[in-house]
Amino acid sequence: MIEPLLIDPELGSRIQFGGTLSVHIVFAALSVGLAPYIVYFTYKEISTGREKYERLRSFWTKIFAIGFVMGTATGIPMSFQFGTNFPAFSEFAGELIGGPLAFESTMAFFLEAVFLGVLLFGRERVSDRVYVLSSVLVMVGAWLSALWILIVNSWMQTPQGYELIEENGVTGLVLTDPIAAYFTPRLFWMYVHMQNAAVISVTLFVAGVAAYFVWTNPDSEPWRGTLKLSVGVLAITSIFQVIHGDMYTRHVVQTQPMKFAAMEALYETKEGAPLHLLAFPRNLADITDPRAEELFTVSIPYLASFLAEADPTGVVYGLEEFDVQNPPVAYVFWSFRTMVFLGFWFIALGLWGVYRMRKGTLFERGRFLKALMASIPLGFVATIVGWYVTEIGRQPWIIQDVQLTSEGVSQTLTSTQMTISLSAFAIAYAILVVLFIRVIKWIVDDELERVLEDDFERVEQERTDDQAPSGSGEV
Amino acid sequence: MTTNFPIMADVTRVDTVLFGPVVPVDEYLIPWLPELWFGILLFTLGMYVFLDGFDFGIGMLYGTREDEAERDLLLSIFGPVWDANEVWLVAFGTVLFAAFPPVYASLLSDHYLLVFAIVFALILRGITPELREQRDEPEWVRACDRGFVVGSTLSPFFIGTLAGSWVFGTGTIALPSVLTGVAVVFLSVASGAAYVAMKTTDTLREEMVRYGLYAAAGYLLSVVVLLITVFLTDPLGVRETLLSTPVLAVVLVTVVFLGIGVVAATRDALEVTWWFYATGGVAFALITLVAILLYPDLYPATGTTVRESIISPLALNVLTVVVIPVLFLVLAYFRYLYTVFSGPVEHEDGYGTSD
Repeated sequence: MIEPLLIDPELGSRIQFGGTLSVHIVFAALSVGLAPYIVYFTYKEISTGREKYERLRSFWTKIFAIGFVMGTATGIPMSFQFGTNFPAFSEFAGELIGGPLAFESTMAFFLEAVFLGVLLFGRERVSDRVYVLSSVLVMVGAWLSALWILIVNSWMQTPQGYELIEENGVTGLVLTDPIAAYFTPRLFWMYVHMQNAAVISVTLFVAGVAAYFVWTNPDSEPWRGTLKLSVGVLAITSIFQVIHGDMYTRHVVQTQPMKFAAMEALYETKEGAPLHLLAFPRNLADITDPRAEELFTVSIPYLASFLAEADPTGVVYGLEEFDVQNPPVAYVFWSFRTMVFLGFWFIALGLWGVYRMRKGTLFERGRFLKALMASIPLGFVATIVGWYVTEIGRQPWIIQDVQLTSEGVSQTLTSTQMTISLSAFAIAYAILVVLFIRVIKWIVDDELERVLEDDFERVEQERTDDQAPSGSGEV
Repeated sequence: MTTNFPIMADVTRVDTVLFGPVVPVDEYLIPWLPELWFGILLFTLGMYVFLDGFDFGIGMLYGTREDEAERDLLLSIFGPVWDANEVWLVAFGTVLFAAFPPVYASLLSDHYLLVFAIVFALILRGITPELREQRDEPEWVRACDRGFVVGSTLSPFFIGTLAGSWVFGTGTIALPSVLTGVAVVFLSVASGAAYVAMKTTDTLREEMVRYGLYAAAGYLLSVVVLLITVFLTDPLGVRETLLSTPVLAVVLVTVVFLGIGVVAATRDALEVTWWFYATGGVAFALITLVAILLYPDLYPATGTTVRESIISPLALNVLTVVVIPVLFLVLAYFRYLYTVFSGPVEHEDGYGTSD
């Protein structure tokens, strides 16, 4: 019997969706976060006519283009999985989910794809003004795309604007109030948090690349400017993210108490519950099955209660209150902790950079530049684990308190089909990630030659200046 | 106006200030709105077959080019537009989901592995030209080229196969599905050759015209074999429909369009444009054929009709009010895109953002 080697369709569907999402979100965040930089460099290139902006625009547009292709390649399977793996969910909630997805493809995806074509190939064919406008429209497309996707997701977290109906013994949802359904209580929190996360992720990427080039050649004018810009953006956005994230958490406590209990690994309902800032496992079992009380934690007493109820002695519900078997607490708890920890690290990096900028040592080779380079992937890691908190934290519900994930999954899918598709996805996505990293490295290598030439030109320039027998400086 | 959800009449509704007066809550904006959405759905599919069809064709014809400069030329013809063209597939998928969720759910889950075969072929087709530009090493370029040709061939084949088992109601892969796949491959080559011929001059154009003619013949042959097969096996009981006047008229139209295209292609420059329009005409005639074969069903394998699978009135009205104006906007910027990149392609245009 080879049966045990085949994966269960429900579990497989969840792993497949989660896995493809984990890869896709990196490219989605790259599009969203890099778009403002593209707009900025394009605008500067056109308005100042300076060569350094053209170089930066060209460099980042190459990465944007490859990211967009990867995003499309990894995103199409995402949308099809609603039908292939979760048809019961699609049929049940299609009226609410399908609309925003159609709005996304027609309003946002077309806009981004059409004007990316103009941005990549049309420099010689369109006017300066249209060229800048194309970069703006690409950004509008990317940001609007994220809005509609998050409208779908936030509805799954805090559903409203619908009614349950039964027809021929089959239950389904009917849209009754589109405004309520599309603009749920969660949307604002989720959109601001996600878009800012994308900007932070890309800013760390930009800063890390700039740090690498500045390390190679501290006099490279384009990359000095980029480093300064990105460090400034990082300081502002990372501080904002933690403040906003804190308020967002309060909203989660009020609307999805079960998710908050999983985030805090709180099993028993408590009055005056503490908030665990940092947690360390004492043994292996604590990693796979964390229970806050048994961990070594650095906590602020009463804070969880205060967050939840604006009252230090308020009641925080534990997992015991909810009718769930084997909630996936470990993923949620450690993901949340990773995200928060990284969030504080980003603030530290931003402030460290600002401090060095004020001291005038930003471009000196040292630990700071190394830290920036090492932090290149961390923004994306924080974004991914943030999604784990959001998506796994809701389990076993696919739509909070309305439909269970087990009810939404395909009833006809066989273990064989599931195993084949999951293996194919694992291989294909791994190849995509490797190729992406390789291509980025090539683009960086190409730029490296130019960065070294920057130095060469400067030295040349200085030499000519020194040798000039009657330069203007002497007059 | 009756709805598909009789129980809804008893439901007390929240009267939304915005939607109440503007968009009717309990009935469709117009009585035949579900049929209109059936039309919009097929329109997005038609746009996809037409636009990404020639991208696939270019990808397959790419395999016939040995000369490096010609390969680059083909890529630069394809580069600025393929990404936008591909979005019509996503539009088709999401419109199907948004307007007819039960059919979306069963069509995709019934063809589980085939859907992912399409997806993987599209990924291969999409990323290879982009990757190719990043490195000059001959081995790398060759590997990317191969992937590009394979992806461009398999994508239309799998898509056609899925379309075949959808329309001919086999519900699973059968002979009619595979034959549809083959027909779509030939059609793609024909329109790809037309597009390249339109964008180029001299010898390359002549060769493209020749390939286009072969492909047109292959398309006709596969469609004839397909129709005979469906007629003989008749999985849906469509034998009579197949012989009806509208069906025969539409089949005749696709043949006439291809004929016009062939005559035009053997003439001068301007008429190659007409050949290109003719292949577009074939794509939309085929979609009309699909409409005739399907309606009133939307998914023959389960016998689900358009009316049974459409969403409730309010949801459909909202969809209509939002998506229809947006689609006109989309058509406007497609027109703009093709205007910007109109005219013959020059060798220096290149692919990607290399400076």
